[in-house]
This record gives sequence, structure tokens and C-alpha cells, in this order.
Amino acid sequence: MTATAEPTAAEFGKARKRKEDARLITGRTRYTDNMSLPGMLHMAVVRSPLAAATITAINTEPAKKLPGVLGVYTAADLDAEGIGLPCAWPITPDMKSPQAPPLATSTVHFAGEGVAVVVARDAASAEDASEAVEVDYDELDPVLDMEAALADGATLVHPDLETNRNALWVFDSGEAGSGSSFDEARSAAESDGVVVKRRFRQQRLIPAFMEPRSCVVDPTGEQLTMWSATQVPHILKTMAALTLGLPEHKIRVIAPDVGGGFGGKLQVTPEEVLALLVARKLNKPVKWTETRSESLLSAHHGRDQIQDITVAAKKDGTVTGLKVELLADMGAYLRLVTPGIPILGAFMYPAIYKIPAYHFACTNVFTNKTPTDAYRGAGRPEATFAIERMMDELAAELGVEPLEIRERNWIKHEEFPYTTVATLTYDSGNYEAATAKARELFDYDGLRAEQRRRRESGDPVQLGIGISTFTEMCGLAPSRVLGSLSYGAGGWEHASIRMLPTGKVEVVTGVSPHGQGHETAWSQIVADQLGVGFDDVEVLHGDTQISHKGLDTYGSRSLAVGGIAVVKAVDKVIEKARKIAAHMLEASEDDIEFEHGKFSVKGTDQGTTIQDIALAVFAAHDLPDGVEPSLDSDATYDPENFSYPHGTHLCAAEVDTETGWVKIRDYVCVDDVGTVVNPLIVDGQVHGGLAQGIAQALFEEAVYDEGGTLTTGTLADYLVPSAADLPHFTTGRTETPATSNPLGVKGVGEAGTIASTPAVVNAIVDAVRHEGINDIEMPCSPQRVWRAVHAARGEAKSTSQHTTETAAGGGLGSMDAQSADNADTAGGAR
Amino acid sequence: MIPSAFEYVAPTTVEEAVQALAEAGEDAKVLGGGQSLVPVLRLRLAAPTAIIDLSRISELRGVREDGDAIVIGAMTTHHDVLNDPLVAQHAELLAAATRTVGDPQIRHRGTFGGALVHADPAGDLLAPAVAMDAEMVIAGPDGRRTVPASEFFTTLFTTAVGADEVLVEIRVPKKTGWGAHYEKFNRVAQAWSIVAVAATVRTEGGSIAEARVALTNMGATPIRATAVEEALVGQQAGAESIRAAAQHAAEGTSPMSDGNADADYREHLARVLTGRAVATAAGVGG
Repeated sequence: MTATAEPTAAEFGKARKRKEDARLITGRTRYTDNMSLPGMLHMAVVRSPLAAATITAINTEPAKKLPGVLGVYTAADLDAEGIGLPCAWPITPDMKSPQAPPLATSTVHFAGEGVAVVVARDAASAEDASEAVEVDYDELDPVLDMEAALADGATLVHPDLETNRNALWVFDSGEAGSGSSFDEARSAAESDGVVVKRRFRQQRLIPAFMEPRSCVVDPTGEQLTMWSATQVPHILKTMAALTLGLPEHKIRVIAPDVGGGFGGKLQVTPEEVLALLVARKLNKPVKWTETRSESLLSAHHGRDQIQDITVAAKKDGTVTGLKVELLADMGAYLRLVTPGIPILGAFMYPAIYKIPAYHFACTNVFTNKTPTDAYRGAGRPEATFAIERMMDELAAELGVEPLEIRERNWIKHEEFPYTTVATLTYDSGNYEAATAKARELFDYDGLRAEQRRRRESGDPVQLGIGISTFTEMCGLAPSRVLGSLSYGAGGWEHASIRMLPTGKVEVVTGVSPHGQGHETAWSQIVADQLGVGFDDVEVLHGDTQISHKGLDTYGSRSLAVGGIAVVKAVDKVIEKARKIAAHMLEASEDDIEFEHGKFSVKGTDQGTTIQDIALAVFAAHDLPDGVEPSLDSDATYDPENFSYPHGTHLCAAEVDTETGWVKIRDYVCVDDVGTVVNPLIVDGQVHGGLAQGIAQALFEEAVYDEGGTLTTGTLADYLVPSAADLPHFTTGRTETPATSNPLGVKGVGEAGTIASTPAVVNAIVDAVRHEGINDIEMPCSPQRVWRAVHAARGEAKSTSQHTTETAAGGGLGSMDAQSADNADTAGGAR
Repeated sequence: MIPSAFEYVAPTTVEEAVQALAEAGEDAKVLGGGQSLVPVLRLRLAAPTAIIDLSRISELRGVREDGDAIVIGAMTTHHDVLNDPLVAQHAELLAAATRTVGDPQIRHRGTFGGALVHADPAGDLLAPAVAMDAEMVIAGPDGRRTVPASEFFTTLFTTAVGADEVLVEIRVPKKTGWGAHYEKFNRVAQAWSIVAVAATVRTEGGSIAEARVALTNMGATPIRATAVEEALVGQQAGAESIRAAAQHAAEGTSPMSDGNADADYREHLARVLTGRAVATAAGVGG
């Protein structure tokens, strides 16, 4: 027997550094693109430069003649014309769903859609040949604007659907019986109260994960092994079988170390399907790895909604009704859960507030743009943004302190569990405590005083304070709730424990980490629950032949669902071991106590350890009658409820009214994510989430030009902030344990992203509200902020005498525009 | 992404480089630090037939003193420019602008000469070169010639360096004891300048005796703000007079509109940032 690490009683709550980081940071790991198999071929995708066009001819002959090229295939060549990429969330029975082929057949529907693939012996040859494929297009008018797309006589993205409307999804609390009628609330408020209406735009974002997507397919006989940089190996396996009619038991999907996803790798991609088709056709291993530009262009985008929000309230600020009307851009096709993303938000608009009447209607719209789908928060950031912006607008309308108006409406801690007007039952929370702590860390009163001083002195740099409280439904999800929403799968999670003869433990989990630190957190949980050493636990994941059952990682579900499955599996190991311990100690099972890895006989000093029992079970020389020689266990856990983390975020922003520059000076957040397994990991999740949420408020936007071309197609143009662009974060916590699971844990992966965007925008608007400004569209670029101030002051727009004949400097887009001239000048580009 | 195939030549002297360019013909490209050319190659926005890599030519690196000027080799990295005592002593404006270029990795790779010859109007070293009346020494088949900064930048991404020439060194007249500031305005730290202002001034007894101001990204080439300079000279170095002079900053400019800024906003920024740049250079508090 090898030495075992000393078990420590309190792994839970310990700020351990992550055990996976050494190999990730030093490059001693294998990402999908590192895979190299004997005889492996490389695939490149030829993509449409046009948003909408009829393909009149594809000439693959010149490309086929190039060195190293084994084949150039269109959809027809791969028999792929009839294949439709899966959409697992038909949100309404009459939802319109276009066929989504892995390669365009006769028509392209967005710029970046694949029209052919090239297969070559090396990646460079595939790249060269992809440029030699000649595609003739007849350009069509692209549909780019959601409102125009819904107008009578609009050009249709998919003429066979006879409409650009994908679906209309409605919830009404009066009809559902969960509340009263919004129309009545509005009528009452119009006569004796206030009605505030605003339109917000959730710009289109790009997940921009660090590791580009990549997959390798290895056909060995009938068996297909696919490595993929995916968040969802289990879903991918089942969906590949269903989509291509392949026998599921012949498919093995492996997600090795995966470098980020943020929802962007919650997908069954055209390229994964194409790699499967090509590998089967050629009976050779095939690899596809995208470039960064391909990723920004063709991997699914997020957000992109127009929100019309109406709030009815009494004069004292008590909200009496909320109406939400959304337009949500699907892009050109429905991907895995595209139509359901805004619906995930539908339940969160009432947020932490007691709102008696609620009406929600979302119209999903097709356009000739890259498909949208899950992106960190998925529907919930949009909802939180809208309600938190509206609370500030209502406060301004009524002249009430914005923190006070929130307090007047929120659910009090003694009112939990609380069933909202949107029918969710929040199990726990303490909004008062989180807000009080945030207020204290922030020096709220001091900053308000500074704000007054700057306003009175007419300082060109004004100060604004932004508030965002939030809660979210995460830990997806109770299967029956998903069923009631017509989601195509359940929300359970699986785990198993393997006790090795030497007392070491293998934990198999069905969730699929891609940067979260599950190996560390799961080891801490198992170390505590089973009483073994942290270093004696190995966590196995991401290979469907090792972790045969699972629903993967998204929606902040891994700990609150997958972690609980681990606990349930550990419980079963202990129960099995208890029987054997009783036998070994010649005592009654009822007299056996278990603590910190040790089984002992009540009231005696007799005992044995889980490690000794593991060895005894391995030998199996002397087990009780009828007991199998195994401590191993499986558990599949289906949560009874979502988890509802919450928090209060406060942002102080300086706005330079002369330039429009926004500087976040202080950012304080107090999050309540229930019980904390590893505070370091929680802080990391919050920091990353804040970065992405702040990025939406200030920096990021996927921009299309009038022709439907993505103009933010490189990271020089799509502005992902770095640490240098972000403020110091002050993170605090309150811990209100979830009552819906035995660990008391809640999700944390999306919290920062959900709460931070409205906190920042509220701060900016607050800084310039005295100028008469009540909104600035995101991202709040310096120009937008300056123009808002400029317009509010009634300063005429200075007319520029200059035409725009010259392209702007800076950004790789401008190099593109100049590349023809530039290429002629030796030394022109260094 | 993978560049198209090209011939690679790595000469060790300027003469060899010029020779290699002549042999490689029109579709050759010169590789300096690679911070602009390599992305362009990887995106296949350019597909040169040959790359002439200057990194092995040691005479192109380093800073030396030559009378009233300091002379900077074209292949001197931004990092080396920043850490050079001669630059610190005589060309504070150049140091200030260089500090804002990219990030430490980029500053260790990218070169002063490369940034000038690339001639991106949003590049941060063009305006300081113009403001300081730098001179560019260019080598070609017929020997060496010197071009003043005011004539060096001909249009967008284009300079006086011909297809068969290489930039050898940059002569920067000393501005010893001058105050300097580079006011850069961009959206994220690593982004190009939307607008930036290079200002260096010499004050005498509380008055501005001499002023040099040039603008980044206010047209196809860097633009000397001569009207601002004229308005500054002889004025008290005070917030109001500087602000008034800065109102001339957009005169004679032709800024473009793009996703970050429309032309009128750029003009406005040029005025505000010029005021700030000059005030800081002159040591005047806002």
C-alpha cells in the first residue's frame, strides 16, 4: 500500500491553487490542435464573403490540382445536402425552423458560411487550396435589421419559411395565474402613479474564447473517435449520432483540456459534422482548426436584442407592473439552443423584486448574420440589464435615491422561499446583507458627496455611481422544468467514484471543464466527504468512454448539479464501506460511525479507514455474505430547483465630458453564491465575469456594414479588454446557503457578467444625468458619450468639411483596404 | 493562419539588403520587427514573393550622437529606444510616444524604423518624428539620400522609401531641455490611436519660446499643427493661452471617419488633446 496524504477536515472553503494550472500554464498538456495522428489530413473551409447570395457555380478543379490536396468537396460531394444541424430547443409548437446544412447548398445566408471544404496533407496546403476554389455568386439583398425584417413585404432570409419571424414566445402573469394583469397595472399608474418606458439595445457580442475551435476525427473501422475543443462532449456524441444517423455506441467524443468557452463552445458545429463526414469518406484521420478571424466570423455570436421595457409604479416607487417586449436576432440559422436564449431571460426580468404584474413577449427574428446562441449568462444578462437600468430610470423619474427604490421593491430575507411573478421559487437570499456590505466597502456616501461637489463646481470630469443588484436562475436545471419549456434534454448530472486498491480515488464527472477548475474543486469536495487527502483524488472527465454519462458544462451548473452528483456518489461508497467496516470490526452496522475517513465503533477506540477497506475489498478474501467486492458507485442527480446566486454591484465611473472618456474608478461587488468550496476559484470566476460584463458596457460590439460584412473580424477591431483596461475589483461575499442542495452551493460562473454591465452603464448615465441624458447606447464608446453630452447641451454638430475618401488608420481592416497599394511598396509594411 | 509561400533572404549588411531587394523584384517585402508585416502575411492581406529580413544587419541597430542630432538605427527596437540615455536626454518627445506603443512584447520586437516605414497614420511615432524635424537616411542602388520628415510620409501606408530602398537611420535634432508630452487617445490599451498629439516646447522665463506640435491620425499622414505652434510662441505658458492656441489644432487636417470616431469628433479631440499635450509639455497644471 502506498502512502496516502493526510486527510484534512476542512478542504471546503480553502483557497487552494488549482491543481490543473501547472500543466496548463507550462504547456504540458494537449489541446485538440496539439493532436497529431499517423496519416492525419487537414481540412480547411471555404467561406462565403457575402451575407446573402445564390451560388451559381463552384469550380473546385484549380484547387484539386494543387500539391498536397486530396479532395475538395461541396455539400453535394459529401451527400450533406439533406443534413440539418440540430436545434434542440423548439420554443413553440409553430416555431419556424430552416434547414441548416453544414455547407451552404444553393444559397448562402451569412458572410462566413461554409460553401466547400478542402482536404490536404498539411494545413498550409489546405489553406493555399482553399483560396483557389472558385465560387460564383449572384448577390442578394441581405436582411440585417430586425425591425425591417418584420415589416410587410420584407426580403426573406429563408423564402421557404414565408416569414422572418422564427417564433413569438409570450408569458403573461394574469393568464398564468402567477400575478395580475399588466394592462390594469398600467391604467392605474397612468391615473395615479408613473409609467416609464425605455428602449435598450443589447449589442451583438462575440464569445472570443482563448483557444480557437478545433476538432480531430479518427475513423478506425466502424469506430469514430472525435477530439473536440467543446464544452459538451456528451451532447455532441448524441447529437452527432442523431444528426448523421450514426450508431451512438460507435462514437467516442473526447474534450481534452479546453481553453475557454463562455457558451461559445456549447454547440454542435458545422465543422465538427464536416470533419466526421470527410473522415468517414476518406477513411483517414482529419483535423480542422480555425483561425482567429474564422472564429470571430463564423462561431456563434451572443446577445443582439432590442428591448422595449415599460414599468408601472406608484408615486412612492412601488413597482406595480412590468412589460417586456423583445426582438431577438437569431442570425441566419438556429443552432443548438438559439431560440431559447431570450427565453432563459424571460424568467429573470422580475429579478429580486416583488412585481405583481408581468407581461413578456419575445419575437425571434432571422437575419443574414452569423447565428447567435449561448454566451455567458445567456438571456439573463439582458434581463438584468433592462430591469436594473429601469430601476435607475424610475428612481430618477420619481426623485428617489436609486438604492432606496430597490430596497422598497426587493424581496426581504424573511420572505424566502419566495415564488416570483415569473413562477420561479427562489429558495434563499439576503439582498439586504449583500447591499449593506457593498455599500460599506464602496464608501457610498463619500462618493455621493464627491459627485455633488463635482457637479456644483462644474468639473469637466463628472462622477457617476452605478448600482446593479441581481439574481439569476442557474445550475441548469430541473429536468421537468426543462421539459415544460420544450427543451430537448434533461438537466441531471452524473458522477461515479472508483476506489482503487491503494486507497486512492478516481472521480468521474459528467460535467466538462474548460477552464473552471473542476479538478481542484471536486477533489476538495471528495477529500472532505470521503475523508481522503486532496492529492489522493483524481478527477476524470471529458471522454465519453470514461465519463459515459453526462450533460456537460454551461449555465453555471457544474457545481450545483454535477458537484452534488459527486456527493451522492460518495454517500453510496460510504454506505457500502460501512457494511464492510462492521464486518471487519465485528460490530453491528448501526454502531459504526464515519468521520474524516475513519469508521469506528461507537464508544470504543476500535476503527478502520476507508483506505484499509478499499484494500480489503480488492482482496475480497473476507467480505460479508452477499456483498459484492466493490466500493465503486454511480449517482445521477436531478436538481429540484435552480440555484439563485445574487449580489449587489456598485460602480463609480468618471466621465470626461470634454472627450467622452469613461474611467471606472471603483468597482465593488458583493456576491452571494451560497457556500464556497474554493474562494480563489470563486474570485477568479467573478473577476473574469466582471471583465466580460464591463466589456459589453464599454468596449465590445460585433459590427456589420450595410452589405452584411462583419467589420470587427480581428481582435484589433473587436475590442476585448485586457487587465490594463480594467479597474481594480473589490470583491466581497455574503454566504446564504442554498436550501435546494446538500452543500448549500449556488452557481458563480455567470454572476459577474450578469451584474456588471448595468452597473457600469448606470454609473455613466448617472454622471451626466444632470445634463438631461437618460441613456447611452452600448458599448458606451467615448464618441457615443461625448455625442450624448454634446447633443444634450444643444451644441450644434460641427459640420465636417472633409469627405471620407481616406480610410482610417489603425486596425487591420484599414490594412485590408490598402493592401493592394501597400503590397506594391517594398518596405511598406514592416 | 498560415502565410503564402515566399522566398526568405537574411542579409547581414545594408548593401546586401539593397542587392537582395534588386534581385527579388517588385513583389518583395522588407521585414523589420514584424509587428505589422507578420499579421498582414498571416491574414494573407499581402502575399509577397520574397521577404528581406533586416534583423541580422547589426549596423541598423543602436543610438549614437552626431553633433546636434542623435542618430537612431532603423532596426533599433522600441524597447531599446526607450532605454537609451541619449534619447532620454535629447528626445523626450520620442520617448514619451514610444512608451505608448503596444505592450512590452511588441516594444521588444517592433522597431522605430519599421514603424515609420509602415506609415500607418494611427502609428504613434510618425507625429514625433515630424514634430522634431527628424531626417530619414535611405539607402538604395545609387547610394544614400536624406529626406526630411516633412517630405517622408507621402500618403497612407506610403513613404519616400522606394521599392528598391531601405531606411537606414533616423537623425533626430536634439531638443535638450524641452518639455514634451504625447497625449494618446484610444479605447483599449493595445488599440491604435484614435487621435494623438505630440507636443514639445521650450519655455523661457514663463513664456513659450519654441513649440512643436504634430497630430497622429488626423489625415493620411502625420500633420504638423503649425497654426497652434504660431499661436503659442511668445505666449505666457498658462492654461488659458494654451487652450486658446489649441483651438487651431484641427486647421488643415483631413481626418477620416471609422467605427471608433467620425471626422468631426476627431477634430474636436484634436483641439482638446492638443491643449492637454501642450499644457503637460509646458508644465502647466490643468
